[in-house]
Amino acid sequence: MLSVFRRKVFHGSFIAAITVREALNSALDEEMSADPKVFLMGEEVGEYQGAYKISKGLLEKYGPERVLDTPITEAGFTGIGVGAAYYGLRPVVEFMTFNFSMQAIDHIINSAAKSNYMSAGQISVPIVFRGPNGAAAGVGAQHSQCYAAWYAACPGLKVLTPYSSEDARGLLKAAIRDPDPVIFLENELLYGESFPVSAEVLDSSFCLPIGKAKIEKEGKDVTITAFSKMVGLALKAAEILAKEGISAEIINLRSIRPLDRDTINASVRKTNRLVTVEEGFPQHGVGAEICTSVIEESFGYLDAPVERIAGADVPMPYAANLERSAVPQVEDIVRAAKRACYRAVPMAATA
Amino acid sequence: MATAFSSINVVQHARCDNFSVASRKPSSAFLGSTYSIRLSPSASRSASVSAAVNRKASSVSAVSEVVKEKKQKSVSSGSNLLITKEEGLEVYEDVVLGRVFEDMCAQMYYRGKMFGFVHLYNGQEAVSTGFIKLLKKEDCVVSTYRDHVHALSKGVPAREVMSELFGKTTGCCRGQGGSMHMFSKEHNLIGGFAFIGEGIPIATGAAFTSKYRREVLKEADCDHVTVAFFGDGTCNNGQFYECLNMAALWKLPIVFVVENNLWAIGMSHLRSTSDPEIWKKGPAFGMPGVHVDGMDVLKVREVAKEAIGRARRGEGPTLVECETYRFRGHSLADPDELRDPDEKARYAARDPIAALKKYMFENNLVKEAELKAIDKKIDELVEDAVEFADESPQPSRSQLLENVFADPKGFGIGPDGRYRCEDPKFTEGTAHV
Repeated sequence: MLSVFRRKVFHGSFIAAITVREALNSALDEEMSADPKVFLMGEEVGEYQGAYKISKGLLEKYGPERVLDTPITEAGFTGIGVGAAYYGLRPVVEFMTFNFSMQAIDHIINSAAKSNYMSAGQISVPIVFRGPNGAAAGVGAQHSQCYAAWYAACPGLKVLTPYSSEDARGLLKAAIRDPDPVIFLENELLYGESFPVSAEVLDSSFCLPIGKAKIEKEGKDVTITAFSKMVGLALKAAEILAKEGISAEIINLRSIRPLDRDTINASVRKTNRLVTVEEGFPQHGVGAEICTSVIEESFGYLDAPVERIAGADVPMPYAANLERSAVPQVEDIVRAAKRACYRAVPMAATA
Repeated sequence: MATAFSSINVVQHARCDNFSVASRKPSSAFLGSTYSIRLSPSASRSASVSAAVNRKASSVSAVSEVVKEKKQKSVSSGSNLLITKEEGLEVYEDVVLGRVFEDMCAQMYYRGKMFGFVHLYNGQEAVSTGFIKLLKKEDCVVSTYRDHVHALSKGVPAREVMSELFGKTTGCCRGQGGSMHMFSKEHNLIGGFAFIGEGIPIATGAAFTSKYRREVLKEADCDHVTVAFFGDGTCNNGQFYECLNMAALWKLPIVFVVENNLWAIGMSHLRSTSDPEIWKKGPAFGMPGVHVDGMDVLKVREVAKEAIGRARRGEGPTLVECETYRFRGHSLADPDELRDPDEKARYAARDPIAALKKYMFENNLVKEAELKAIDKKIDELVEDAVEFADESPQPSRSQLLENVFADPKGFGIGPDGRYRCEDPKFTEGTAHV
């Protein structure tokens, strides 16, 4: 149930603001209601109403056979989900955080991602793996890793990273209806954030295409790509840059695999400068892939080297100030954009 | 040691050619689950799993039993036979097919037609035939990398399996899977997994689907059973225990079949396992654990009937440990130096095909000529499969990028080339909540 938070008169068609949590909850609710083969399984999704309350109310509505509280056995229940998907159901497997998915990664990659290929199209796996990804606040090294790059490297998976409520709703609905395994990377810190949405988004048939990025803000001087939480920071950076006369184009990637190379390259050909932003580890990360894609397809259009902003190349520290330095901040994005525009700015102090 | 659990009738099975000895042995307090334990009847000589279990429908009777001494000793008239003539011929044909096919695989491998990892099933045919020949087409089988014979028993044509092994496009997976990844949607063989233990949660998921279909989707006649095959080495893997727990917890229609051939490549089961008796691990999770002589197809068939029947009736999972042996090495690349030749000789004397033949002759079920006819038929079938595979084309280069996604272009783009979400039919039926 969507509770309309506040009715403001927004420009254009926005009629309400909902949190990402509500967006996800409503998307799950509608998809489970539409198709009885969809079911949710994970730790604490039922009686606890979801570890982060994403599945609130679903147990009461759909019963324990469709909202399953599992024992703490990621490998086991992920495999069970994959087996159920092989045989015709459409499971949504929730990981309490994607860090725990490492215990089940064999099933995600070997049983889910590769099966359609190994069986030559006989066995498709319409499963969704979702849960919070990336850093939260002060949760330490083992709870803070971003898995976008790892999963996006694997053929056979689709990897989605919503930012706003509109993204969350549309992409989750698309993911559940998709006939292939989808890794749906949410962000814990975004769950409580509220975004304005239009009536179209609130409609139960709303769905977003997988594999298309969104240009959140148009610009002409530098392209900044980001996904998940970093989109918010990039938008703030754009405001700061605008005051200094740099017009930044912000691309919300939405889909890491397949990566919307066309949109990114078209944007770079327009602005000639690129900054990639991500929260995860820098080596072999999403930014590395975007950079190579741009060099392969739009090398002649680049006027400056591609700037890559990523998390620090260390396991996430606990102390609050160190954690702040280990994750990209708005100032880092601003600095990088200026460097790309050849404004005289010293290199940022790296960890 | 007299404890609250001393009423368990624990029957130990010695690892030798002796048959089951029903001995009353006081159990330790650590054996069995905390559910109420039923006293097994003294008729445990011919007891099967269901006898004790069905007695009390409500709680789980954690009965660990050894099943089946050879009934053939007492057989004289036809009414006591374990098998009819038709069944006997069907079973015989299946075990011979398994054996001849695997021998042909070895030949083809050494001639260079087959490559990569090939794991042969010689010696274990009784387990595959014993279980799979009792299943319906809709029942599911999940296997490991040693899956050729499981595929054949489940009904995948020998031609398709052989082509798959040769890497040709006419194979059951169009050459994309290979020896270790046999899949057949039509015959409900859902893998073929290279990682040990990987198939167990998948099988549990398939069993979950069967139950879900019956209870949530209200398909009242959906009583499909899943049989998961795996080895002794897998029984030390965490996923095995996770699934024993969840299968018993949710009473899933699954049979866990352990093909205990005592060796995991070169690691002896006894060296790697604290308690080598795998059947005992069932009751720890609240399901019956059964041990059976896996070199005798008729014994396996009897146990399989009970276990599959249990699952079909909705009584939950069973763990069946089949003591068996592989006559060849772990794979065709394994020099097989660590196994004792005496052990190999002992088990070779218990060859399942020879044992089945002997039973059928002794009970006048078949004539020599009929069996010879089957032998010939199978030889021809396998040779035809080789010829077919040889003549089949290799996959074309364009096949390389196909089938990565069920979505043809992997972008949420449907077969008509447009985004799925733009198609009004795609969102039809979505509920307003």
